[in-house]
Amino acid sequence: MNFHLPIASNFAPTVDHILICLLVISSAMMLLVFGLLWTFMVKYRAGSPIDRGAIAERTWRVEVAWTTATFFVFIGLFYWGADVYLDEYQPPPGTMKISVVGKRWMWKIEYPGGQREIDELHVPVGRKVQLVMTSEDVIHDFAIPAFRVRHDVLPGRYETIWFIADVPGTYDLYCTRLCGAEHSRMRGTVVAMQPADYQRWLEQNGSSGTLVAAGQDLFISLGCSGCHNGGGTVRAPSLYGVYGSPVPLSDGTTVMADEGYLRDSILYPKKQVVASFVPVMPSFDGKISDADLEKLIAYIKSLGAETSQ
Amino acid sequence: MSSTVIDRREIAESYLGEKFTLRSWLLTTDHKRIAVLFLITITGFFFVGGIAAAFMRWNLLVPEGMLRSDETYNRLFTMHGVIMVWFFLVPSIPVTLGNFCIPLMIGARDLAFPKINLMSWYLFVTGGIIELYAMFVGGVDVGWTFYPTLSTNYSNGFILLSVLGVFMSGFSSIATGLNFIVTIHTLRAPGMTWTRLPVFIWSHYSVSVLYVLATPVLAMTLALLFFERLFGVGPFDPQLGGDLILFQHLFWFYSHPAVYIMILPGFGVISEIIPCFSHKRLFGYEFVVWASIAIAVISFFVWGHHMFVSGQSLYASVVFSLMSYAVAVPSAIKVFNWVGTMHKGFIRFDAPMLYAIGFIGLFTSGGLTGLWLACLAADVHLSQTYFVVAHFHYVMVGGMVSAFFGGLHFWWPKITGRLYPEMWGRAAALIIFIGFNMTFAPQYILGYTGMPRRYASYPPKFQVLNVMSSAGASVLALGYLLPLFYLPWSLFRGPRATANPWDATGLEWQTSSPPPTTNFYATPVVTWEPYDYKPPERLEQRDYHG
Repeated sequence: MNFHLPIASNFAPTVDHILICLLVISSAMMLLVFGLLWTFMVKYRAGSPIDRGAIAERTWRVEVAWTTATFFVFIGLFYWGADVYLDEYQPPPGTMKISVVGKRWMWKIEYPGGQREIDELHVPVGRKVQLVMTSEDVIHDFAIPAFRVRHDVLPGRYETIWFIADVPGTYDLYCTRLCGAEHSRMRGTVVAMQPADYQRWLEQNGSSGTLVAAGQDLFISLGCSGCHNGGGTVRAPSLYGVYGSPVPLSDGTTVMADEGYLRDSILYPKKQVVASFVPVMPSFDGKISDADLEKLIAYIKSLGAETSQ
Repeated sequence: MSSTVIDRREIAESYLGEKFTLRSWLLTTDHKRIAVLFLITITGFFFVGGIAAAFMRWNLLVPEGMLRSDETYNRLFTMHGVIMVWFFLVPSIPVTLGNFCIPLMIGARDLAFPKINLMSWYLFVTGGIIELYAMFVGGVDVGWTFYPTLSTNYSNGFILLSVLGVFMSGFSSIATGLNFIVTIHTLRAPGMTWTRLPVFIWSHYSVSVLYVLATPVLAMTLALLFFERLFGVGPFDPQLGGDLILFQHLFWFYSHPAVYIMILPGFGVISEIIPCFSHKRLFGYEFVVWASIAIAVISFFVWGHHMFVSGQSLYASVVFSLMSYAVAVPSAIKVFNWVGTMHKGFIRFDAPMLYAIGFIGLFTSGGLTGLWLACLAADVHLSQTYFVVAHFHYVMVGGMVSAFFGGLHFWWPKITGRLYPEMWGRAAALIIFIGFNMTFAPQYILGYTGMPRRYASYPPKFQVLNVMSSAGASVLALGYLLPLFYLPWSLFRGPRATANPWDATGLEWQTSSPPPTTNFYATPVVTWEPYDYKPPERLEQRDYHG
């Protein structure tokens, strides 16, 4: 019997501390309730001749006491859980980003260097890794119990989780949102490796081109560059430096250009029109696969990097 | 307690003996007969849902699954969930014990709208037949939560029919809720003031408010889902500009209050049984009443705790976590008050009391693990695993079903005029308690070690705990089957019950068992406080079955 779950990421020890604290509080409460129940059942059984004395008529002092005590314990638990949760879902700067696409019933993983694999995720130990996840069909959920991380993976959105793997090893990876007939087969493994081994693994699985390079090819072949390269008659906003900066929209609001915004602008260009431009761009919804979309976005993001340097 | 003494009347004068034709039952407007109709119907659904669960536990004996296909398993747990939630747990206590006891407890002749009460049963049966048809012609494989886009674009199950069945049953809930609210407001006997109402009535009042306010949201959500699947209208599909998270918000806006719809009537039953068998006034009556109302109100603001990992705003999650802790406070108050009631009592251990004590134990365990899941960082690890499955079964099955059985045994003499066999009742209560823990305790550990729920097959490392759980399930099944035999048996062979076999103080015990069609021979006048139990004159265990 193996009740042990590996503790293998930066979040795992913290989450386990919270769980142990919850276990201690719960056990104490259970002992209290069961202890009292058992004592009363024996002591005050109908046949027991014990002197019951006067029965308290005014109960509010006791009521206020246990209500207040419960309340403060709960507030403490709430605060601790929320604090760690906000850390878990707000990636710090400088993460290594790996793209994850869920599809019934497999996980497609793509690395910044263009390497791809299915149902296996390789990560280096000691480095901040961020997974940028989307789905091609239904809602999935990407969970690595040994790391204590999980998040739903939705079609039409990018969701993200981050972690630092601590211990080299092989861990289970599950889809934990019902996604159809073979849901329970949508499992995989996460391999955490020493940085040197990881580098070697990346090189052995090297790809012909990086995501950015592939994205640049698409940018030209799909005709994006015709309007968006900044030259000639300016019909479209330049994309240099757009990623990660605020964009003023024609309705007077401003939006932060993140991955979701870039994606929406490619698929539904009329949704959020940049101020002082006419929405003439055609929609690419249904004309471009999720994998290609990832490449295009990687390329546009790299343009942001160039100008900021 | 009032000293009104009512003669043992012959059964011919009771509601059961008025007429014996099928027509007199199917067209009855008597709340007591409708309660019996509901009891027979939901018992049927309970065993249909239970059989699905038995097949699931059988499948999980081996890692690869005993069933031939994964899809069959998906259909089984969807059937189990849909039937148990909407066709057993949501209606369970209110439509049976509530329907039977509310007019009796407040001294009324019937509910305010007897025909609507009958309509409620027909709506429920129609919804149920549609649902069963959908399940047996092919089934549904998307889980009881019906999340799109799986339910709208990808599944080829009988989603539309199934949604229609649930939709219909929802109107049955609304009708019942409305009926209870009006009845409790307008039909109380002289002297039955708001502060003299038993907690059972207060719980049903809270539940009725939830029925009336929350169920329409379910109806709208299901209608949107229906139109999306049928016509491709896209409120949820991101391809059509919809929002998947929106469905989850709408769905849980109903389904979280629904959790309290399921458990609040259980609280009501336990609050009747514990004082009766402790022979002592309920500890902190006002606090228990306000706790019911607080739960009904706060339960509308906690739905997002089902969505901590689903992509809702992080700050929304933080607020929902705080509210979830807030709703746990009144639940804790209730547990403390039940235990406080037993303090200095004169406790008897008849079957209803055994179920009630079992309820406190199992509900406390389920409630405490709710704190784990309300804790955001812990939920990230535990949600979507067997930990959640164990948690809500402890509350819904360990808690609610125990309360239902406890209440059924408690009021069985009133409903049928017969006493159930006491030894069998106690044996079943004990077997259910033990079998329940054997089934679901291992699932807490399975969940922590990472086993996802809704898995037809699983990695071999989880097998030992799964086999333990399945073994426990067979004990639990035995416990549930026992009452199915000895309760009907007692209808014919059980000793006749007196008007007040438990020496209880509620108004329903002042009339004969079973009550006459008009409930009371004269309008009762209430002059005593609720739970007016005085210390008994003699301490020996009284023989209530003489």
